Amino acid sequence: MQTLRRTPLHERHVALGARLVPFAGWEMPVQYEGVIPEHRAVRADAGVFDVSHMGELEVEGPRAHELLQGVLANDLDRLAPGQAQYTLLTNERGGIIDDLIAYRLEPGRYLLIVNASNREPAFQWLKEREIPGSDVRDVSDEYALLAVQGPRSIERLGLEEAPAFTFAMNEVDGIEVMVNRTGYTGEAGVELMVPADDAVALWDAVIARGVVPCGLGARDTLRLEVCYPLHGNDIGPDTDAISAGLGWVCALDKDFTGADELRRIKANGAERRLVAFVMEEPGIPRQDMPIDGGGEVTSGSHSPMLDKGIGMGYVPADRAEPGTELTIDVRGRPRKARVVKKPIYKREED
Amino acid sequence: MAAAESYPDDLRYHREHDWARIEDGEAVLGITWYAQDALGELVHYEAPDDGGRVSKDGVYGEVESVKAVSDVISPLSGEVIEVNAKVVESPETVNEDPYGEGWLVRIRLSDASEADGLMDAEAYKAFLAEQ
Repeated sequence: MQTLRRTPLHERHVALGARLVPFAGWEMPVQYEGVIPEHRAVRADAGVFDVSHMGELEVEGPRAHELLQGVLANDLDRLAPGQAQYTLLTNERGGIIDDLIAYRLEPGRYLLIVNASNREPAFQWLKEREIPGSDVRDVSDEYALLAVQGPRSIERLGLEEAPAFTFAMNEVDGIEVMVNRTGYTGEAGVELMVPADDAVALWDAVIARGVVPCGLGARDTLRLEVCYPLHGNDIGPDTDAISAGLGWVCALDKDFTGADELRRIKANGAERRLVAFVMEEPGIPRQDMPIDGGGEVTSGSHSPMLDKGIGMGYVPADRAEPGTELTIDVRGRPRKARVVKKPIYKREED
Repeated sequence: MAAAESYPDDLRYHREHDWARIEDGEAVLGITWYAQDALGELVHYEAPDDGGRVSKDGVYGEVESVKAVSDVISPLSGEVIEVNAKVVESPETVNEDPYGEGWLVRIRLSDASEADGLMDAEAYKAFLAEQ
């Protein structure tokens, strides 16, 4: 029997009538009113997600940059203080230990926000590779993280617009917060990091500003519509970044763990590719369903915006072109789907 | 809008959270308020074929929400004489009206005495209270 951890907002979730489920060792809200209305709130207005289960690692010291350049796939030389980037922690095979966002706090100080389920493996991986002049610390328990996402999120929070993948200290209703211009929904928005003790006050302030509480259910359908990979589903230690379509995150002109293997895969061409698809027949694809001709679904759900089954999965490279018809085995029933260009959902230009 | 919790007195209930409305050698089947609430908003109904056979305690279809899929269990045996096309088209009808517009199939009963083994509303409510 494992005890589930709770975020500082647990009592707020209970009071709102959330349905709580175990997720990566945490008891987390999967929905409040319902996945579909929460999903729509984020596409149309603004929603708030408690993502305090995510991990925060700090890497500090005169050689912090050197340590991270050697283990992260993206190029930290492109980051000035105040900027962030999506990147990967890769193993020797080019597999993905975690996908994360690296924030350059100061020239010699970085914050890494990692997946909840990979907090330990990512921390261990870095700790084992620490070099004199670099210090890796897990500071996850000190912070809470709220993602506020949607086209009206910035306005509702009373913040100014700012470029994506930047961050700055700011205030929301008198609460000092680190405002990160990042997210996992495909909408404009921010992720707000505060000391754990300020989490409840910040949550209350955000809700009072008319932002809709949203659970992990909507977070998953939102990210799937815009084809953001989910570690543990679409990517993992046994899937390489090139096949996963994350070559754009890999600075193959620098040296980092797994770079040789990734350069080789890129030169030879990946044998399988992670594609996005939309169902053309009834049925909802789910993780691990076989795809005819070799392949499997890695993420699948119902798209509230398209009102159809959608998913991502690995298929042989010659079946990865948009337009290719796929047949998915939906619990014994063959159902047609079609490969589409990513993202699956894109806001119509107004 | 989701319906309010209720378990009508004129229905018979199966422990897998299915109901039957029995009349004149036929039965209309569906899932209970408890079942639709546990699943959340339905987005797919995989219906049986017209004319197909269903057997008591057997699976005759699937209902699916964003997060979960569930088999639908038949409380009685018989032959499918009608599938609710409205639910195939708009599965959320089940959430809105689980005992009315949200019925799933109509069957012609092959053994009307099977109904004796089902729960009435009071027994089903007592069964739910133990869950």
